[in-house]
Amino acid sequence: MTAETIIQSLASGLLMGLLYGLIAVGLSLIFGLMNIVNFAHGEFLMLSMYGAFFLFAFFAIDPLLSMPLVAAGMFVFGAAIYLLIVRFAMRAKTNVGMVQIFATFGLAIVLRGLAQYFFTPDYRSITHSWLGGKTVSIGGIFLPVPQLVGALLAIVAFGALYVFIKRTDFGRALEATREDAGAVALVGIDQNRVFALGWGLGSALVGLAGAIMATFFYIYPDVGASFALIAYVVVALGGFGSVFGAFAGGILVGLVEATTALVMPPSLKAVGIYAVYLLVVFIRPRGLFGSI
Amino acid sequence: MHDATHAVRRRRDLIVAAVFVALAACVPLFVKDVYAQNIMVLTLMYAGLSQSWNILGGYCGQISLGHALYFGLGAYVTAILLTKFGVLPWFGMLAGGIVSALIALALGYPTFRLGGHYFAIATIVIAEIAFLLFLNWDWAGAALGIDIMVREDSWAKFQFTRSKLPYFYFALFFAAVAWLVTWWLENSKWGYWWRAVKDNPDAAESLGVVVFKSKMGAGAISAFLTAIGGAFYAMFVSYIDPDAVMSFQFSLLISLPAVLGGIGTLWGPVLGAAVLIPVTELTRSFIGGSGRGVDLIVYGSLIVLVSLTRPDGLLGLFSRKRKVEAAR
Repeated sequence: MTAETIIQSLASGLLMGLLYGLIAVGLSLIFGLMNIVNFAHGEFLMLSMYGAFFLFAFFAIDPLLSMPLVAAGMFVFGAAIYLLIVRFAMRAKTNVGMVQIFATFGLAIVLRGLAQYFFTPDYRSITHSWLGGKTVSIGGIFLPVPQLVGALLAIVAFGALYVFIKRTDFGRALEATREDAGAVALVGIDQNRVFALGWGLGSALVGLAGAIMATFFYIYPDVGASFALIAYVVVALGGFGSVFGAFAGGILVGLVEATTALVMPPSLKAVGIYAVYLLVVFIRPRGLFGSI
Repeated sequence: MHDATHAVRRRRDLIVAAVFVALAACVPLFVKDVYAQNIMVLTLMYAGLSQSWNILGGYCGQISLGHALYFGLGAYVTAILLTKFGVLPWFGMLAGGIVSALIALALGYPTFRLGGHYFAIATIVIAEIAFLLFLNWDWAGAALGIDIMVREDSWAKFQFTRSKLPYFYFALFFAAVAWLVTWWLENSKWGYWWRAVKDNPDAAESLGVVVFKSKMGAGAISAFLTAIGGAFYAMFVSYIDPDAVMSFQFSLLISLPAVLGGIGTLWGPVLGAAVLIPVTELTRSFIGGSGRGVDLIVYGSLIVLVSLTRPDGLLGLFSRKRKVEAAR
């Protein structure tokens, strides 16, 4: 193992990590807002990837261009899921924990089933997008272009999210609702609307990630499952609900994955990520960057 | 809760269960169709498995989405002992149960300190690590799995070449034992501790309930019984690999009957399995080749609907009174 291979794999780990952060940030946003884990988050990613795929297959729109469309579609979808399902799940009086887990869990299973039924279990891929299959060499390190663009996109998205949360009315309402939903209702902010927009925004972010991932990853109905698990790890590392913790958590997970792949067989690289999750929650039950 | 009515209800539950078992035992005398018998075996097996899950997930309120680990361990320990060391599956089953219970205790030590979502995700992650390790463990067959050669009809070796009946009766026995254990535990001090832990761990702690020990007990019993089910499944299908016994799908299938039927109730898992398994199998065979998705759509929708409208499960539909009692 030369220094070059190590740098090479850490660099690609960093790129993947930024993308993991982008995948996970919606999950974290929603959790922070209302203390609910969306167990269908991976399926949201899967739908976004299919969205980009079909826009490419039917209308020949490159994922780079269809990305805003996919994000907008996911915004509507996420808000609708809140209004149709999650809103009611939050009203449960008995078995609260079970309802909150299984309402979105059931949704995940339905979405996976629908995808298998309508899109078939076949593996799809976007064969010749603008980004796909290209690499670029920076100082002797080869970086795949789709991941590089994805990582840049993640940085931009996190920046925009920061501005959005700090500078806009909705962003401030979001922050306020996170802090104290009851008090927010008292000052006349419609909590339901904030929650719906929060779900929309969180889903739109995973839509961005899905569109870019469609350019370099196989698309199939179960694709969300493993990424969802990674997203939970990212969110746990960053501290559940901390949006910028997800950014740092993503990078960390990407680097851990790359390091594991260096020392263990590739089929076991996920073990490193999972082990980090366990290690972190055992030592700090609220995540690395979470407030206690 | 009135003492006399409580005792009467418990006795009535026991009698109803005995009648059910007696009736179920007669069914294969009339239903000779192998396909139907297969569905009955699976239904009984999942009733027993979900009952085992319910002890930890329902009564004690620790939602595990990683029970495939214990199911798979039961299957693997039994299959490895049989094929590599010639140990009879009955001892393998017991060994699988003990190994699983010990692992549940070891894992429970750190995980039971975690709250809600963190715990559920930890259980998924742990089962997934075990799955990946078995997938790469050459000695245990890795991805190729272990083939259990079925050569003869033998109760000692628990293998049967033609008839499904012995499997049916064992599955019935397993479901009945899991039910009985739950019935007994429900009224034990553990049962009361668990419900206290589920409702409000802090209050339970302050009232002197040993919260952590309660969870450990529930975890060990639940894992032991789940592994017995896994051992049975290995012998029933006579071939195992990580996908076939330790994949996430099993964690789901083990927890869903209880969730659907009524989480933390005695009859919920039985009812849930009786609805879920035949529905899944039948939709799968009706829809046939045009995609495996329909069974997922059916039970996914069921879960969403039940979670939103009947958090106490389908059991709530049957008697309002029981529901009121359960809410107490």
